[in-house]
Amino acid sequence: MRIAVANRLTPYLFMAPAVVIMAIALMYPLGYMIWGSFRDWSPSQTIGEAEFVGLKNYVTLWGDPNFWESLSVTLTFAFFVVTLEMLIGVGLALLLDRNIRGMSVLRTLFILPMMIAPVVVGLMWRYMYHPTVGTFNRMLDSLGLPTVDWLGNHALMSVIIADIWQWTPFIFILALAALQSLPRSALEAARIDGATAWQQIWHIKLPLMMPVLIVTGLLRLIDAFKVLEVILVMTEGGPGLSTEILALRISRTATEFRELGVAAAMSNYLLILLLALTLAMFAFTRLQEARAARIRAAVEEES
Amino acid sequence: MSQAHEKQNPAFYAIIALLVFMSVGPVLLMFVNSFKLDVDIISGTTGLIFLPTIQNYETALCDILWYEPEHLDFCALKFGGAFINSLIIALISTLLTLVIGCMAAYALVRFRFMGRDTVSLTTLMVRMVPPAVLLVPVFGLWNNEFCLDRDGLIGGFIRDTFGGRGDVCLAGTHSGIILVYVAMNLPFVIWILQSFIVQVPRSLEEAARVDGAGPFQVFFKVVLPLIKPGLAAAAIFTFRIAWNEYLLASALSDRNTRTVPILIVNNMSEFNVEWGVIMATGMLLAIPPIIFTLFASRQIITGMTAGAVKG
Repeated sequence: MRIAVANRLTPYLFMAPAVVIMAIALMYPLGYMIWGSFRDWSPSQTIGEAEFVGLKNYVTLWGDPNFWESLSVTLTFAFFVVTLEMLIGVGLALLLDRNIRGMSVLRTLFILPMMIAPVVVGLMWRYMYHPTVGTFNRMLDSLGLPTVDWLGNHALMSVIIADIWQWTPFIFILALAALQSLPRSALEAARIDGATAWQQIWHIKLPLMMPVLIVTGLLRLIDAFKVLEVILVMTEGGPGLSTEILALRISRTATEFRELGVAAAMSNYLLILLLALTLAMFAFTRLQEARAARIRAAVEEES
Repeated sequence: MSQAHEKQNPAFYAIIALLVFMSVGPVLLMFVNSFKLDVDIISGTTGLIFLPTIQNYETALCDILWYEPEHLDFCALKFGGAFINSLIIALISTLLTLVIGCMAAYALVRFRFMGRDTVSLTTLMVRMVPPAVLLVPVFGLWNNEFCLDRDGLIGGFIRDTFGGRGDVCLAGTHSGIILVYVAMNLPFVIWILQSFIVQVPRSLEEAARVDGAGPFQVFFKVVLPLIKPGLAAAAIFTFRIAWNEYLLASALSDRNTRTVPILIVNNMSEFNVEWGVIMATGMLLAIPPIIFTLFASRQIITGMTAGAVKG
């Protein structure tokens, strides 16, 4: 009897530490933030002392052109980063999916950029983009070309390039893994039927890789909204607001402008956006599983 | 791979060489520059013709060196202390995350119990929460709510015994930062480990149970050894986040608990950037992840693909 009770309790005992920690340091703070977003709250007050102002923070943000500017920078950044990384990453995977010596060494070197701290990545690129001592401008100069004001007029583009450098390998590795797990028989059949390399890629490889590619793209998209340190170190959101993505604006609103309520409301907007994306991803994987199960059932019925 | 390697077009190798250069180039550049004096960096003696010096590293690590570097008369950059802080925080939070996450993942995979679906869905959802969103509430909570009141029981005891203000807050302590990191990384670790635990054959566990092992024994003696690759992957990813994170650490730390990324950002925002020293600190911060990458790239790749392909 005692053993039966102990067995029934086992899963709860295993879960308990994780649930407690996530409740204290993740769920409770999130609830606290939602509560705080309805208050006029400065860092020197406790939340109880802060005045309740209803939806004022949300309305203020809705009418704040700087918030919209920041949101549009975030969306532009996320869009270009994900699109370009997908194109380059998948392209490289298709190109390098060959049986060559030293592929594992190559993959090791490729994942190096994404293991390095974002702060350090920002630091490296800030040096390379430097108007006078930077690598790029020095190179352009020695070639006799006009120099480019990387972090000035073209700040957003430069930030996007740095992110592409850091995260394209992620897409590349996942796309390569997907490619190498494709059924060999389908490719073999296509080759025997005389399909050209392009036809194989376009009609067989890409459609078969699609599920993995979509999940990868969504993961990358969610991560693109988390980018902060690279941009903070490279441009500090400037010049003007041209690279101030939402995450950066939240942190500045909280620490520089000292308006925790507004920052909390802004965090909530960002959270809603991400929630929608996550739900899309979740729905997609569920759909995929259902479809796979249906196909499997159909195959079993036939045989 | 018993297959013979195919002969490839020379142009193909040229492309690969170019790609390797592009991905490793910036890191190498930083490495080389960290051994240059600022004069050399700014005057632009391109190429490798310069006198390498470890002066930058001496400046960075001056507070834990056993000798006093000649070129310094005052140790301004307390990098050594920050490095130790970073190590403590990253290692402890990685260890805690792994143990706790592993147990949770096992329960989610192997047992049917009330609330299982809720937990698993919540885990998936909180994965997307960016650190920036946690900034405001964590700052508020760690500074106000999660404190021992100075008039309360324990706070009063501390005040009477040790003196001081008597209120102890999570903010400004190592444990405060570790707590956030563990919570932040748990969902991801649980998610990755689930896909590894599913592959452990049930019959093995049942055999152990028939031999009289309790659930905890089964877990620690049978399951854990079998999912070592998954653990390695999860450990590297957790360490990477805890080691590299800037935003939350900057909100929660005080002068004595500052981590390396904070120090780098603080020095970058000064008007006159000392490139050599900054590159040396950046290099020191980058070295542990680079070592992991070189020695455990297989585990990293497995972890990455397990996360997305089976998601």
